[in-house]
Formats: sequence, structure tokens, C-alpha cells
Amino acid sequence: MNGRVVTITSGKGGVGKTTTTANLGLALASLGQNVVCIDTDIGLRNLDVVMGLENRIVYDLVDAVEGNCRLTQAMIRDRRYANLHLIPAAQTRDKSAIAPSDMVRLCNELRPEVDWVIIDSPAGIERGFRNALAPADEVLVITNPEVSSVRDADRIIGLVEADEKAPAKLVINRINPGMVKRGDMLSASDVVDLLAIPLIGIVPEDESVLVSTNHGQPVVLNDKSKAGTAFLNIARRLMGEDVPLMVLDEKEGLLMRLGKLFSGGS
Amino acid sequence: MEIKGIKEGILVTLEEQEWQDAKDALIGKIKEKGDFFKGAQLVFDVGNMVLGANELGEVCDLLMAHDVILHGVISKSLVTQKVAKEMGLVTKVEKPRLNSEQKLKPLETVFTGEPAIFIHRTLRSGFKVAYQGHVIVLGDVNPGAEIIATGSVVVWGRLRGTVHAGAEGDQAAVVCALDLSPTQLRIASKITTTPQEQVESKPEIASIVDGQIIAEPWKH
Repeated sequence: MNGRVVTITSGKGGVGKTTTTANLGLALASLGQNVVCIDTDIGLRNLDVVMGLENRIVYDLVDAVEGNCRLTQAMIRDRRYANLHLIPAAQTRDKSAIAPSDMVRLCNELRPEVDWVIIDSPAGIERGFRNALAPADEVLVITNPEVSSVRDADRIIGLVEADEKAPAKLVINRINPGMVKRGDMLSASDVVDLLAIPLIGIVPEDESVLVSTNHGQPVVLNDKSKAGTAFLNIARRLMGEDVPLMVLDEKEGLLMRLGKLFSGGS
Repeated sequence: MEIKGIKEGILVTLEEQEWQDAKDALIGKIKEKGDFFKGAQLVFDVGNMVLGANELGEVCDLLMAHDVILHGVISKSLVTQKVAKEMGLVTKVEKPRLNSEQKLKPLETVFTGEPAIFIHRTLRSGFKVAYQGHVIVLGDVNPGAEIIATGSVVVWGRLRGTVHAGAEGDQAAVVCALDLSPTQLRIASKITTTPQEQVESKPEIASIVDGQIIAEPWKH
């Protein structure tokens, strides 16, 4: 196997990096892929909580890097999928505990063993972000349809481009079709227009994300959730499948389909 | 009598008169000026006066006595030219150009231009360009990006970041873009922002008019 390393980042905090990491990890695992998720937010770890694996942590990323344990010992197996693992961040240390070169070395060790390494980057553009970016083959930039988050995404994309290693793709998270329609929220095309990088997914705002996060059950496990489907679609696009973007506004979608039906018939 | 320095030595233009008078005037001048002519090479411009070998030989000797060498004779008379050539004198000199001719430069059709840098990429938030000269961007300038130029700024794309043209005080600097909506626009010491209302984007050029920054739609 020759695993691909995907770094999930955003610049701004709270836009959904960790949620995206957990859901993509689970989605890829549900598609039969071997996946390792790594939380690089040392000192502010979250991914373990969102994935519901907090109580299984014995060793963490810093232990693995410092040689306190073998790499496999720091890999926590998921409760639902045996082909999904988590390397949690250390909670009692800070970002300076590891260096970008450590991450490159660690990922090179993982690549032959897995299909995907999904790295959850901390917010910001400092050491933690550099650690997460260093080993990336591909970067997913998460943004919300909101000006400050788009601004930070732009900054991050600039830094990723300056690094000249991995291409950046865009995930627009928490879009509210109703608000977009009323002109109260940036539309996906406004965001893509400004950021000018390929769009790999649009995730609608969905209450079930919050509920499932609190239960450590990523939303992708919920068949009825639109957000869950959106994450699953992103995972399939990562695997090279050509999955069309979801029609987000149901009514508009129906009308458009009806319109197409009529125009097609005439 | 006119005396002028030329490349070959001293050009003496003799008035057209009886050769005897001209010769006397010349010798008188040499005596009068003394050291000025000492060791000099002379070229005569004798105009239409026809001079034979005798006349030239004589003046040659007279000059020699004053430590002056006859180098050449310019004449409109073919006879005089021939005689001078036979005596080994030059009959042509590089005439000094007239002043008016010197000042007349060839018409300049090649512009050398002014220093500028060309940036073929989108400037994202946090990126900065600072340059002594003009700045040309082919791409967008996003909010949070910054351009500082001592000259003008041209953006072939959307300008939404901060831009400062004429940063060292050049009031003639301009800023133009296909979509001119900068967060902040400065020219020299003037400063302005983009009005909030959304207008249809069109190419515009901003400059200082009557002490204020004015943006006008681009007219061909």
C-alpha cells in the first residue's frame, strides 16, 4: 500500500476541521479503506472525543515521536471499524513537542501500512499548522460561508501554495441554503469565486452534526443526515469517484427538476 | 579673419582680398598673438582666392620663421587645391558641426520605460509586495494582501486588498484594476476606502484630482 496523506486545515478555529477529519476517516473506513487519523492539535486535543475514543488513550503522538512507545501502540483502533485508527494528540504538552520533520518521518512510516492518513491540523498558521502541513500529499481547506473564515482560508491557501508541495482543495462547511437564498449568507459560488481553488465538497448546516459530535458518533454514521451524506461524498471524491454535488435546497431542487421535466417535454 | 580650433590644429579663415594683404594681416596676427601660435599647425580657408606654388611656398616659409607649420589649405579653387596637394598639404578638414545641428537629436521612437515588477499570480491574504517602481499584477489581490509601490499599480484582476501607490509622495501615481474595490486605497498621502454598496464591477482608474482620490471608469 502507498497511503496518501491528507491534511485538514482552515486557519480559523471552529469551522469544522475536527468534525471533517472524524467524518472523512469514518467514511473512508466504511468504504473499506485502511485509515489512520492523526490529531496534531497538541495541548488542545479534540479528535478523540469526536470519534468517541477518549477513554482508550494510553500513548499519544508525542510518545510515538519521542520513542516512548512503538507507533502501533499509539494507534487506537476504532470501535466501529477495525480498519480505522486514531493517533491522538498529547494533552499535557504543546506544539513545540514535535517538529515538521517528525511528522514527515511518522507519515513515511505509516504510508506502506495504510490507504489514508488524515491529519487534523490545529487552528492558526504557526508551528502546529506547519507540523500538519509538512507531510501532506493533499490539503483540504475547510471554510464556512462567512467573511472572516473565508479570509483565513485565503491566507492558509496562500501559505499552502507558498509551500509548493500539496495542492489545496476546498470544503465549504455549514452552508445554510435558506440563508443563501435570502441573501444573508455567502453562496458557495461566492466563496469559490474568491478563493479560486477546486471545490471538493459542500456540507450543509445540520443539527445532527452537533448531536452526534457530543455522542462521539460522527454524523457520517447517520444515513438520514444530509451533512453525513456530504462527508461520505467527499470521501468518495477523494477516492477518485465522480460524485455530483448535492442539491441542497429541496424545494428549489424539486422545482428545478420539474422545470427540467417541462422544458425537456416541450 | 576668423580663427577657430579644430581637430587638426587651428583653422584660419582668411578674408577674400589681395593675397598680399591677406598674408600681411595673417603675419600681423601671429606676431600680435605671439605664444598662441607657437608650434601650432595651421589650416587656411582661403575661399575663392587662387594661390599658386609661389604664394603658398612663401607663406609656408614665413610661418616657419614664427615656428608655425602650415598643415593644409581649404579652397574652392581647383587650382589652389591642386597646388596644395602637390605640396603635401591637406585640402579637407572635419568641419566642426554648427551648434544648432549638435542640439538636434534624432527623434526618439524607442521608449526605455520605467522600472516595474510583474506578478503573475493571485496575491492572497497575508502576502505583501513592496517595490521601488511600478507594480503590475496579473491575478487578483485578495482582502488582507498589500501592495506598496513608489509608482503606479495596475491589477489585471480584482483588487480587494490594500494598495498604496506613490508611496514616497508621487501625486501623479495611479491605481487601476478590472474591479477596483480595495479595502483601502492610498495615493501619496491621500487615503480612501471603497464604498460599501455593491456596484457592477468595471475597470476603473484612480488618481488624485484636486487633492482627492477619484476613481473613474476606464474609457478607451
